[in-house]
Amino acid sequence: MATHTGELIRVQGLTRRYGARAVLDGLDLEIAPGEFVALLGQSGSGKSTLLRALAGLDDDVAGGGTVAVPEQVSVVFQDARLLPWARVLDNVVLGLPRAEQRGRECLAEVGLAGRERAWPNELSGGEQQRVALARSLVREPSLLLADEPFGALDALTRLRMHALLRRLFEQHRPAVLLVTHDVDEAIALADRVLVLGDGRIAAEKRLDGGTSTTEIRAELLRALGVTADL
Amino acid sequence: MTLLAARPSATTGRVRPRRRLAPGRPVPSGFLLGPLLLLGLWAAASASGWLDPRFLSAPWTVVTTAVELAESGRLQDNLLTSVERVALGLAIGIPAGAALALVSGLSRWGEAVIDGPIQIKRAIPSLALMPLLVLWLGIGEVMKVSVIAVGVLVPIYIHTHNGLRTIDSRYVELAETVRLSRAAFIRRVVLPGALPGFLLGLRFAVTTAWLILVVAELINSTSGIGYMMDLARTYGQTDVILVGLVVYGLLGLFSDAAVRLAERRTLSWRRTLAS
Ligand SMILES: Nc1ncnc2c1ncn2[C@@H]1O[C@H](COP(=O)(O)OP(=O)(O)O)[C@@H](O)[C@H]1O
Ligand SMILES: [Mg+2]
Repeated sequence: MATHTGELIRVQGLTRRYGARAVLDGLDLEIAPGEFVALLGQSGSGKSTLLRALAGLDDDVAGGGTVAVPEQVSVVFQDARLLPWARVLDNVVLGLPRAEQRGRECLAEVGLAGRERAWPNELSGGEQQRVALARSLVREPSLLLADEPFGALDALTRLRMHALLRRLFEQHRPAVLLVTHDVDEAIALADRVLVLGDGRIAAEKRLDGGTSTTEIRAELLRALGVTADL
Repeated sequence: MTLLAARPSATTGRVRPRRRLAPGRPVPSGFLLGPLLLLGLWAAASASGWLDPRFLSAPWTVVTTAVELAESGRLQDNLLTSVERVALGLAIGIPAGAALALVSGLSRWGEAVIDGPIQIKRAIPSLALMPLLVLWLGIGEVMKVSVIAVGVLVPIYIHTHNGLRTIDSRYVELAETVRLSRAAFIRRVVLPGALPGFLLGLRFAVTTAWLILVVAELINSTSGIGYMMDLARTYGQTDVILVGLVVYGLLGLFSDAAVRLAERRTLSWRRTLAS
């Protein structure tokens, strides 16, 4: 169902149903090349469902609509999802022939130079997620999909990962769709923040410096159904 | 606060003694104590003449008999024959079981065709197949190796298949997102993921192989450790029977240790968790 484009990521009339319930219901979405978009939504609102549709991981789910994504899509999951029986470098270059050198460079970029031969379970949660980032980067994606990638990390590590992700984004410039439930994370990282509600994009905020972040934060929280007392 | 933090000194004499419920420190080389005690009893009973050598030979008789058997070459010949049978049976049964598990684990059609018969075979003890195999293959080497191979195939299949089936589906999803080819998927995800199951199956397989060997050699055989023991039975030589038992015990012990070594080598990524 997904067609490949070199540029715009375009989703039109996307519907996904589990049983009788439409989790996504005629959703439209466009992401420009090199744009960093964050997707907010209550738990169970269908964020992962949308991301899996973009990643082409949902052949078994009923629904319709068109999805046009670039050829090179990388996914970062909430769990780092490293193969425990493969060393760090082998995880990074998984499925890529003769990519050792680029794999090393990507590991160095995420601050893990020298850990190439380590086993995944010798690393901390934050380090494992950095390996997962390196595994995505080494594939030079045009679209990076990330499903709450920092959800399992402690607050301090999460802040460091924010800085790292933003830096990597600026260097490599893929389009990014970052799923998160954290409004502050979305504001800190994204150029544009979307709120998913009732199976569609229910609200959208551009962070171009026009409006103060406090105001945007309040509006996003309202769109999420949280009455903020600031 | 500092008072609370300080440890009460022992000289006050009012320290509440700790009640120790754990068994305490392990006895040094404690695992040898029981066997040595038994050996001592056995030696004492033999030396005092209380133990009839026709019922059980003295430990030193067993040792000298073993030396005599080795000097005449009988021990080595029979041992070699036995080891050859087990090695051949394993060499056929292990790859066959692993291959069947792979086919059955990777394709629904394969599973539909293969899994049923093996589950049925699993319910039938391998030794019960011997009469049929004797009719088909005679009482020679082919029959013995076949029983061992068929008996070994089952635990290898069951545990490898189980290992395959329980590979985390998240890794399959990962393989899809990084667009692994089918061959790379099998090499990077399926085989390493099923390895712990396969190795567990291997331990059962090795034990099974020796067990079947003993029976196959005790019944209709003209060589092997089991034959040597059966012959000794007809002459009432308990010392030779004991030598055979010790040899079987050592073989079982060594092969289990070998599998465990292989396990430690290949599953080194797991050791980091255990240590
Ligand atoms: N495989 C599935 N089978 C049935 N229902 C599912 C499945 N996956 C998700 N759902 C349902 O779809 C809804 C959206 O799920 P999800 O996209 O994971 O939400 P989010 O990621 O926003 O928390 C939830 O109500 C969830 O229960
Ligand atoms: Mg989710």
